[in-house]
Amino acid sequence: MSAVLQVDGVGKRYGAVQALADVGFSMEPGEIVAVIGPNGAGKTTLLSIIAGSLVPDAGSVTPEPARVGWAPQQPALYARLTVAENLELFARLERVPDPRAAVRAMLEQTELRSRADTLLGELSGGNRQRVNVALALIADPPVLALDEPSASLDPAQRERLWRFVSGLAAHGTAIVFSTHNVNEAQRYAGRTIVLAEGRVLFDGAPQELLAQHPEAGTDLERALVLFLDARAGVAHAS
Amino acid sequence: MRWLLLKDLRILGRSRLLVAMLVIYPVVIALLIGLALSRTPGRPRVAIVDETAPGETLKLGTRRVEVHQYAKQLFSQLDAVEVPTREDALEKVRSGDVVAAVVIPPNIVTKASSGLQQGELELVYNGDALEQSLVQSQLSSALAQANLGFSEQIQTTAATAIDQLLKGGNVSEIGAPENLVGLEQIPALLDRVIARQPPGADREALKRVATFADFAAQNLILSKRVLASVGQPIRVKSTLLHGRRTPLDKFAVVVAVTISLMFISVLLAAGAIALEREEHALYRLLRGLVRVRVLLAEKCALAGGCGFVVALAMLAGVGAFVSLNWSRFGLWVAALALGAAAFAALGVAIGALAREVRAASLLAFLLSLPLAFLALVPQGAVAHGLYDTIGAVSFVFPYKAALQALDAAVNGSSPAIGGSLVHLAVLALAFSALGGWALTRSR
Repeated sequence: MSAVLQVDGVGKRYGAVQALADVGFSMEPGEIVAVIGPNGAGKTTLLSIIAGSLVPDAGSVTPEPARVGWAPQQPALYARLTVAENLELFARLERVPDPRAAVRAMLEQTELRSRADTLLGELSGGNRQRVNVALALIADPPVLALDEPSASLDPAQRERLWRFVSGLAAHGTAIVFSTHNVNEAQRYAGRTIVLAEGRVLFDGAPQELLAQHPEAGTDLERALVLFLDARAGVAHAS
Repeated sequence: MRWLLLKDLRILGRSRLLVAMLVIYPVVIALLIGLALSRTPGRPRVAIVDETAPGETLKLGTRRVEVHQYAKQLFSQLDAVEVPTREDALEKVRSGDVVAAVVIPPNIVTKASSGLQQGELELVYNGDALEQSLVQSQLSSALAQANLGFSEQIQTTAATAIDQLLKGGNVSEIGAPENLVGLEQIPALLDRVIARQPPGADREALKRVATFADFAAQNLILSKRVLASVGQPIRVKSTLLHGRRTPLDKFAVVVAVTISLMFISVLLAAGAIALEREEHALYRLLRGLVRVRVLLAEKCALAGGCGFVVALAMLAGVGAFVSLNWSRFGLWVAALALGAAAFAALGVAIGALAREVRAASLLAFLLSLPLAFLALVPQGAVAHGLYDTIGAVSFVFPYKAALQALDAAVNGSSPAIGGSLVHLAVLALAFSALGGWALTRSR
């Protein structure tokens, strides 16, 4: 199967800080990839580059940003527009053939129909995040980049989100998401990328990471900590 | 761009307080500045104590000029409040009822008549440094006008007396006996007497007297001319080098409208672009949905359009009270449109640099108001070097160019409108480029 997302040698620097260095991976349709790592690892920078909101200093990303749906960590929405108006505006900017039909479909899929005419500023954090994800999906993109999608959701909302995202993947959408919740990566991602100090340290199935540290048992979070400690030890020794 | 513009208009429509503030605030500020510029300072309210005796006169020969005429001259220059005593005057100054008091002392006639001393007035005032400066300036002008009027009366009286001395006749007004011979007639009379005199010492003496009389008459004629010019030795004849002089009230209209145009366009553009960033929508837009230049053009169209509509409405509204030349309407539109574009571009640059709405609004406000005032500083009001600096600062921001363009459009004043329009267009492009750079550098 051909790659639907190809990231090659991507680098990004903020002044003296190397946020990303030579990051590369590819994704196939229907794949769910979790990007995990400590704070400041470069997860948000990587997803922003994939979405086209940041320009890399080196490397390349395909496809073009217009074919990547993006839900940033902080919802990028207009508080003084209603849910439907936000969706319709971006549907028109994304040049969706029938914007109103797309809005109706999104409201149904995200179960926000009853809130269609509510100003976004009056929504709860969870509902705002659902609109944020709905905006990412409005143009039916083949790739979806979700930055900490469940960060502001309660357990029930989180469960509903992942059910929805898994459904999209089942229909062929490639989904890459960043998270601090390693259990979420273990439950929903077929593949994890461990990012630290802007570099890819691991790229494989969660089970492969667990296999590298049997003492963690089935606890992926523990395995990640042991993995990062081991890598830090190697770095110090060298 | 259409959908973004509709979105912004919808958001603006839902921010009624913001819209009200954006329209009412600049209009109020503009009207206040316009009123301050168009109204000459009111006559200062001053207490006057005339301590001279009623009917006291200054004697010139046998003619007399009433000292109270001087007080009348002074009253006409001031909002005068007559008070009976110096103490009453001081109390009025202390209480703030009047800005100053002028005391005409009882010995003013004695001193003025002596020919050795000038008459002296006492001026009493209060207040802070600014008030003191204003009172001094206004009273100096009023006293100068009164002095001038009074001295003209004295000159007229003196000139009449000289005339009578020259021509002679019945001049009892100056205390002379009847049928007095005039100084001008003496040389001819003496010539006739000299012709009948035999040569000798008497004849030579009479010739010398005739020469003196002729010389004295000529010099008295000259004195009369000198007297006429000494009261106001230099007159001012004004010539405007180029262009047409704009009446102050019409210039005030132009200033008021330009300030409104500036505030609305700059504040709205700065706020609109900063709002995109504050709501995190900017990067969603710029990831291929909208080009930077389209986004900037949309914000300029929104802010400049709103500023243009309010400013044009204001100009048309003011036109009901001040006579404006409606045949120049096309030029008004051109000046307002390019002014709005330049102000909006400045606002976009501020919004892109400031990153958040509050900071952008504050920066836009802090930058706009001083620039407007600097552009109004007239040449000669400050030191030469400072004026050049102010000129350079005013040149790189749109206020002065917009003011000149609108003044030329409305009043036909100089410099010609073409240069100002080109200047505004260049500033609009430069500030748009700065805004574009500020938006893209953060990606």
